[in-house]
Amino acid sequence: MSEATTVAEAPTIDSALPFNDAVPGAVIGVWAEETDKAYFVAPDKLLPLLTHLRDREQYDLLSSVTCVDYSAYKGKLRAGISERFDVVYHLYSTKKGGGPIRLHVRVPENETVPSATGVYPGANLQEREVYDLFGIKFEGHPNLRRVLTWEGFHGHPLRKDWKEAYYEEDAKPFKSRHPGGHYQWHEDKLPWGDNNTYPQGWDPDSWKEPVTYVPVSQAPYHGYGELDTQSIVINLGPHHPSTHGVFRMLTRVEGETILALEPEMGYLHRNHEKIGERNTWLMNMPFTDRLDYINSMSNNLGYALAVEKLLDIEVPERAQYIRVIMAEFTRIINHTWSIGFILNDLGALQTPALYAIEEREMILDLFEEVSGSRMMCNYMRFGGVVRDLTPGWVDRAKYLAYDRLPRALDQLDELLSGNEIIKARGRGVGYLSAEDLIALSVTGPMLRAAGVPYDIRKVEPYCIYDRFDFDVPTLPESDIYARYYIRLLEARESLKILQQALRDIPPGEVNAYASATLGQGFGTIMGGKGGYTFRPKEGEAYARIEAPKGELGFFVVSDNKPNPYRYHVRSPSFINLNALGPMSVGYKVADAIVILGAIDIVLGEVDR
Amino acid sequence: MTTTPVAQFSDLKREQLNRYLHDRIQVPEELQANVMVTTLDKIYNWSRKSSMWPLLFGLACCAIEMIATAASRYDLARFGMEVMRPSPRQSDLMIVSGTVTKKMVPAIVRIYNQMAEPRYVLSMGACATGGGPFKEGYTVVSGIDKYIPVDVYVPGCPPTPEALLYGLIKLHEKVERQSITTVPWYRKGASEAVPVPILGPDIFDPRKVQIIKEYTLGSTAATGGAVAATGRLQPQPIPEDVKARIRAAQAKYRAMKKQPA
Amino acid sequence: MFGTGLLKGLGVTLKHFTETFIDDRRKEPSRYEGSIQVDERRRIIHQPISQEGLLTIQYPEERRLLPERFRYIPMLIWDTEAGEDRCTACGICAKVCPPQCIWIVRDSDESGKPITRPAEFYIDVAVCMSCSFCAEFCPFDAIKMNHDYELAVYDRYPQLVYDKEELTVPIEYYAALWPTQYAAEEAQRAKQKEEERRREEEKKKAAEAKAQAQTAGGESGVAKPKRSKEELEVLKAQAAAKAAARKGEEGGAETEDAEAAKRARLEELKRKAAEKAAQRKKESGE
Ligand code: SF4
Ligand code: SF4
Ligand code: SF4
Repeated sequence: MSEATTVAEAPTIDSALPFNDAVPGAVIGVWAEETDKAYFVAPDKLLPLLTHLRDREQYDLLSSVTCVDYSAYKGKLRAGISERFDVVYHLYSTKKGGGPIRLHVRVPENETVPSATGVYPGANLQEREVYDLFGIKFEGHPNLRRVLTWEGFHGHPLRKDWKEAYYEEDAKPFKSRHPGGHYQWHEDKLPWGDNNTYPQGWDPDSWKEPVTYVPVSQAPYHGYGELDTQSIVINLGPHHPSTHGVFRMLTRVEGETILALEPEMGYLHRNHEKIGERNTWLMNMPFTDRLDYINSMSNNLGYALAVEKLLDIEVPERAQYIRVIMAEFTRIINHTWSIGFILNDLGALQTPALYAIEEREMILDLFEEVSGSRMMCNYMRFGGVVRDLTPGWVDRAKYLAYDRLPRALDQLDELLSGNEIIKARGRGVGYLSAEDLIALSVTGPMLRAAGVPYDIRKVEPYCIYDRFDFDVPTLPESDIYARYYIRLLEARESLKILQQALRDIPPGEVNAYASATLGQGFGTIMGGKGGYTFRPKEGEAYARIEAPKGELGFFVVSDNKPNPYRYHVRSPSFINLNALGPMSVGYKVADAIVILGAIDIVLGEVDR
Repeated sequence: MTTTPVAQFSDLKREQLNRYLHDRIQVPEELQANVMVTTLDKIYNWSRKSSMWPLLFGLACCAIEMIATAASRYDLARFGMEVMRPSPRQSDLMIVSGTVTKKMVPAIVRIYNQMAEPRYVLSMGACATGGGPFKEGYTVVSGIDKYIPVDVYVPGCPPTPEALLYGLIKLHEKVERQSITTVPWYRKGASEAVPVPILGPDIFDPRKVQIIKEYTLGSTAATGGAVAATGRLQPQPIPEDVKARIRAAQAKYRAMKKQPA
Repeated sequence: MFGTGLLKGLGVTLKHFTETFIDDRRKEPSRYEGSIQVDERRRIIHQPISQEGLLTIQYPEERRLLPERFRYIPMLIWDTEAGEDRCTACGICAKVCPPQCIWIVRDSDESGKPITRPAEFYIDVAVCMSCSFCAEFCPFDAIKMNHDYELAVYDRYPQLVYDKEELTVPIEYYAALWPTQYAAEEAQRAKQKEEERRREEEKKKAAEAKAQAQTAGGESGVAKPKRSKEELEVLKAQAAAKAAARKGEEGGAETEDAEAAKRARLEELKRKAAEKAAQRKKESGE
């Protein structure tokens, strides 16, 4: 990128704005009237600024890239800039820790934005998502294809003027439900009786699926080895026997060796964000359960934190402890689950998995007892949790945390860790250096298995994690075995936190805003009638937590309405998949399955 | 806005239930005296129901509960189902566990076509049954039965393992009612493949091309204001006659795809 | 030595195998500890957390003891005492429902004036996400979460669109499923009533005093309130004592098994109510 020294529009340039002495003219406005500070960046200066931030300011982790369509925004004009689309970047530092730098690039429709993939390769999938859902073109992106919908899909669904087949109203609650709510079958709305719309003038008879260019088909052909083998493209998925749901990998192999691998996703794209923008703030809570459906509690927590940031409300002491307890139990569930299924992918069908998920049932029983559901807990609310623990719950949880779970983890350790086959299959497979992982925006256990002690509970503590004494385990190897073992170590650390939290949990309120109505667990900013809706003040907030799979962030924009204006999930599973291709190259096809297993993805979160 | 009158509603329910309230195997009249067939039926049904191998096939959250059902606490092996086969060729039962998206449905239909008959489909969870909480979404199919015939629906989000087991028992009951003389898969031309839906600008079922064409090309003038500024089709109240036609077609299709009880 | 890790792992599985085997060989296997035999073919399994391993629940004959807060699909409460639906068709549940799967038609009297009663009430079970928001936010305690999960059907439309008849359950059923919450609600309700009554009484008294003042001792025989406050207090205390005595009778005899017996009773009630509901379902289908 060439750095222009003369800038056409002088008045917008202010050298007092941050970073402008380093990259002149990059920041064209600051918007500090919100919960987090935001810098507006000139599109042509984005890459120099990013390079500067990465190299000079140690912001080495591009955590999230997303976009907001402001065409229907009724609120204040931000920093005097009115272009329709706003591409939002969140940068963090794995070295310094601490909060983010948020960059906004406002562009009108049909304008391109320079792709950040050259500076941060981890922008790859996220920019593809923005392209897919908003139609913003990123100049210089190596592979700008649709990612969640399919090639040939009409329109860009997250634009505010895009309507789906069953579209009723812009915001819930819909008026047709009450008082004259005669049941109507949605399918009856459309002549073909299904959830589809077609562009006018489109002829199904002459339709041909567009031929898409997939990079693997162009992968270089190496003729190494004795025999001159030919490389072929092998397609794995979307239905395949590994237990990670509907996920597809396109591989180019030579013999058994992978030359290139391209993940294909979107087979579980459930329009979480589009639905989320129609829902009220509260209604999104049960939907977050279904993101990473193994860890509904931590999803609840992340979303609650984001909205609490917007609302600026306090959470009572007891609720804080309950939240931590739930989040850590969830982490144990997730890690044992993922260990079991890494082993499954290794070919050890069933037995290790059954051992690993046995104790899960006991934890789920505890969850069910307090929240009512085994998996879809829907337990947290803004300002606390929905209901108090049941009598005797803490004792049972203590028994688990002090006695039963440590034994179970030891058993798992004894069963698996020394196993020569696992070592042979895992050691040295799927290696990627720590720098590469950070550049690819990978977070969570994967990063810690490469020796980077980056854990949001430590570097930017949320809830009350700064009160507990626990370590961030790291392993230097960055291979499959390390990724397996780090999960065991982390589960042990979670037990430590659990033991302290269960010991210290104070009595008291569980929800600061619970109304006493009929002794139920009302949990909103309500205090009476109509409390199920509320309007947070205008602004935007990004909250992130250390979910079991990595950094789980929620980016919400409010325009002071009962519904979020924008609701984005920065999901660790999705972004960690950036590393799948680079990690698998050079290994065997059978290893690719395990490498995928060791990333530990959940498709509900990948595709949202 | 269309409304479904209550009377019609409960009528339909009753009609559907009736078939199952009259119990047991229905032996065709000409075979009433034929003891052989009924015994054969018993053995035939018993053997099919006692080792029904499900397809190892998970889509979303519900799949986790399906795994939990197969794991230690609920132990699917008690129903002869412990072997989940990853290959459709070796499995008899497809448990559609989770949200069916448009991108995925061609693959599901293909897998279904590859399954050998007799084959059964159990739709697990609100999503597979009717779209579930994500029904309004733009890439979610409103129930897998839009594309392939379903034998048992298990509602719930997610159905607990017990609920799934109950659904499986219901399926067993259904199997018990079948008779070797009437099952469709020993008849001529029975196992026609379900046409695989195609991903166009939106997914379309080859069986519905006529309706779609009429809407996007033919009767454009009739719908007039249906075209919004974005050039896309907006959901509009459908003319009554068209709707009647579709209803009839749907009913026909539903009747067609059903396996005789 | 190569292979020791493998052997160690195999040792774990072997140990597991022998332990479960021994457990099964015992006369009364510990899997039935803390479980409730409801009738010959039905047992409610409740695995205490201190019990090792994981019990296999042999589903149709054995069921898991569901916690009170378990939620599956909503149900509407029929107030048996008052002989009416508790629901007032206020529409709050339809408004908070995230996937918007509740449909309510408010009833109206002959003159077309809307009255607080639903004429139709639908829940599309093929959409409901079991989030329990409706139950949480209903101000009249009219909609609650059912524990019945045996809902599989052969046709989904309209079998899975539950109407008012299918959703309604008697309040006793609810009380059996959610005993703690029911008790809390009833206590709250009683308190409210008491509060209301007191306020009313005070109002009445004030009015009386006023009237008395107005008539200035004209008539002496002003109708007293039926019972004075003191009298009421006494009555209430008596009732409370009676209730306590009853409780003592019930709980006194069984000390150890009180909990189990309670659970068994509960299960029995649950089963009966469920049967009734199923019966009704069938009848409505018949
Ligand atoms: S029914 Fe519920 S649990 Fe099952 S896939 Fe759908 S959202 Fe997930
Ligand atoms: S169930 Fe409750 S919230 Fe819903 S309409 Fe009836 S009274 Fe109102
Ligand atoms: S449980 Fe949730 S989704 Fe179901 S009807 Fe109630 S509010 Fe709606």
